[in-house]
Amino acid sequence: MSIKKIHKVQPETFEFNEKSMQAANKIVSNYPDGRQQSAVMALLYIAQRQHDNWIPLKAMKYIAKFLDMPYIKVYEVATFYSMYNLSPVGKYFFQVCTTTPCMLRGAYDLVKVCKKKISEKENELSQDGKISWMEVECLGACVNAPMMQVNEDYYEDLNDKKLEEIIDTIYQNKIPKPGSYAGRINAEPVDNRKTLLGNKNA
Amino acid sequence: MLKDEDRIFQNLYNDSGADLESAKLRNDWSGTKDILEKGREWIINEVKASELRGRGGAGFPTGLKWSFAPKEVGSRPHYLVINADESEPGTCKDRDILRFEPHKLIEGCLIASYAVNAHKCYIYIRGEYFNEGQKLQTAIDEAYKNNLIGKNALDSGWDLDIYIHYGAGAYICGEETALLESLEGKKGQPRLKPPFPALIGLYGCPTIINNVETVAAVPTILRRGAKWFSSLGRPKNTGTKIYCISGSVNNPCNVEEEMGIPLKELIETHAGGVIGGWDNLKAVIPGGSSMPMLPKEICDNMKMDFDACVENKTGLGTAGIVVINNDQDIIKCMARIARFYKHESCGQCTPCREGSGWMWRMLERMAAGEATPDEVDMLFDVTKQIEGHTICAFGEGSSWPVQGLIRHFKDEILKRNKFDPVVKKQKNIPYLVDQHLLEKENA
Repeated sequence: MSIKKIHKVQPETFEFNEKSMQAANKIVSNYPDGRQQSAVMALLYIAQRQHDNWIPLKAMKYIAKFLDMPYIKVYEVATFYSMYNLSPVGKYFFQVCTTTPCMLRGAYDLVKVCKKKISEKENELSQDGKISWMEVECLGACVNAPMMQVNEDYYEDLNDKKLEEIIDTIYQNKIPKPGSYAGRINAEPVDNRKTLLGNKNA
Repeated sequence: MLKDEDRIFQNLYNDSGADLESAKLRNDWSGTKDILEKGREWIINEVKASELRGRGGAGFPTGLKWSFAPKEVGSRPHYLVINADESEPGTCKDRDILRFEPHKLIEGCLIASYAVNAHKCYIYIRGEYFNEGQKLQTAIDEAYKNNLIGKNALDSGWDLDIYIHYGAGAYICGEETALLESLEGKKGQPRLKPPFPALIGLYGCPTIINNVETVAAVPTILRRGAKWFSSLGRPKNTGTKIYCISGSVNNPCNVEEEMGIPLKELIETHAGGVIGGWDNLKAVIPGGSSMPMLPKEICDNMKMDFDACVENKTGLGTAGIVVINNDQDIIKCMARIARFYKHESCGQCTPCREGSGWMWRMLERMAAGEATPDEVDMLFDVTKQIEGHTICAFGEGSSWPVQGLIRHFKDEILKRNKFDPVVKKQKNIPYLVDQHLLEKENA
């Protein structure tokens, strides 16, 4: 369970815009009648996308009304799961995996780069306010370690130099290419593939 | 080494694309209707005969699990739930199936839902796999368009709807009952069992929950026959498995291999060997972070399947192999895993919620050499008090790796930790002294 801080400055109102509303209605229709509560996780995520990557309390109240469920239940869900940001994060939100498989391959070098180039502390915005970073637990791309996630994209097979390049590119308002930085698009052994060679050469 | 034609996941490295057309070239969706027409009994018996065991970590026989679903649909509908909440450190096999072999999974969903009488299937994907989920959604849309699923799928008379449900970054939601809670829109805290989900699961209805790899393997097994599948590996540990080899190896990779392949062969052939050579190996975690580690002596002759792992006091788990060599600080590695478990404990049961934090803090001190020698036994005692005293298997998952460390590397911990407690040195400071820790005359 992670400790979550609710942001001190909260907006006055929150409402879904048209695009979010459409997405929300579609999600609710995925579940049986009377079970609309199941959609709460997806709706929180939609709210987070609409509201600059974080969820204000008003959005939780709005979703509670939308799904006809108690506010506290929405609050519980929003504080339980680690992917909901309850206070502002950077437009580019770096999540560096530092769990053991990544650590063995140098994830803490990446953390050092983040400290140097973004901000000394986790969850603090960089000087131009665009990037923030945090350490997270296993992101499930262990054979491509060390890796990190920027918003929805995975950046894999990194090292400190490559990460510095990525951060510099983002500072220039360009989005670097996601995926592996060791020349593979998947989880094959680099330069050492011994299986399914017939498919590769086909 | 397994022959290429015997590999189930031909597109594991995305050589030919994940779309329906390429999938059909790989034999997906061929003869699916015939399989359905052979009937429920036949499907379940064939899966039983293949001795397929769940690939999600526990290794429960899949055919048996399916047979637990009520034979007739009563007043409550049945559900099929696919567990794609892959969060075990060291494991990343389901990700490749979701993005490169989605049609195997969808076809498996159709067969499995028919076998367990479910018209609705939810695929629970971890929230971080957003892009992988989008790829799966594209494949699902393709399948709907070609009448492979949906109303009267494949003209077989069977209706099936598949929905994706994204998680939001909670490891515990990989536990099946926590996953159901999460699907119902609640905090992911596991339920007490019994009742088992096969009778009372999602929304209180009979629910069968399977791992992605298990379900995706089923169509190929039924097409090629249970005999083919059970001829691979050895009895009770049949078939193939995707191994994820990460950590201190030269070429970390995912590879599909036969069950029971020697660990050394797996690492040397496919992963390019341990960094610094086999002699530089220190330990291997064979099945994802929650399984106890093994020292080099055992790894030399170890085979990778469910029963062989149990014989060596560990488990195959998800077959996420994390290799640790002599250049790494093994106590620090385990302290980091303990921190993972402290972070991910759902907080429902006290032994796990509190104990996972104790284990982490003690291991951090042991890694820094700031613990007393007798704390090693205390740590072992803590793990024993967590194990078996929690609602779900998270208690075991968090305490087994620590037990593995103490079992095999106790000497190393003791060598580093010679710290003398404050209590003994400064008896005169009353508030620093736990009275019962002093010698009798002071007590």
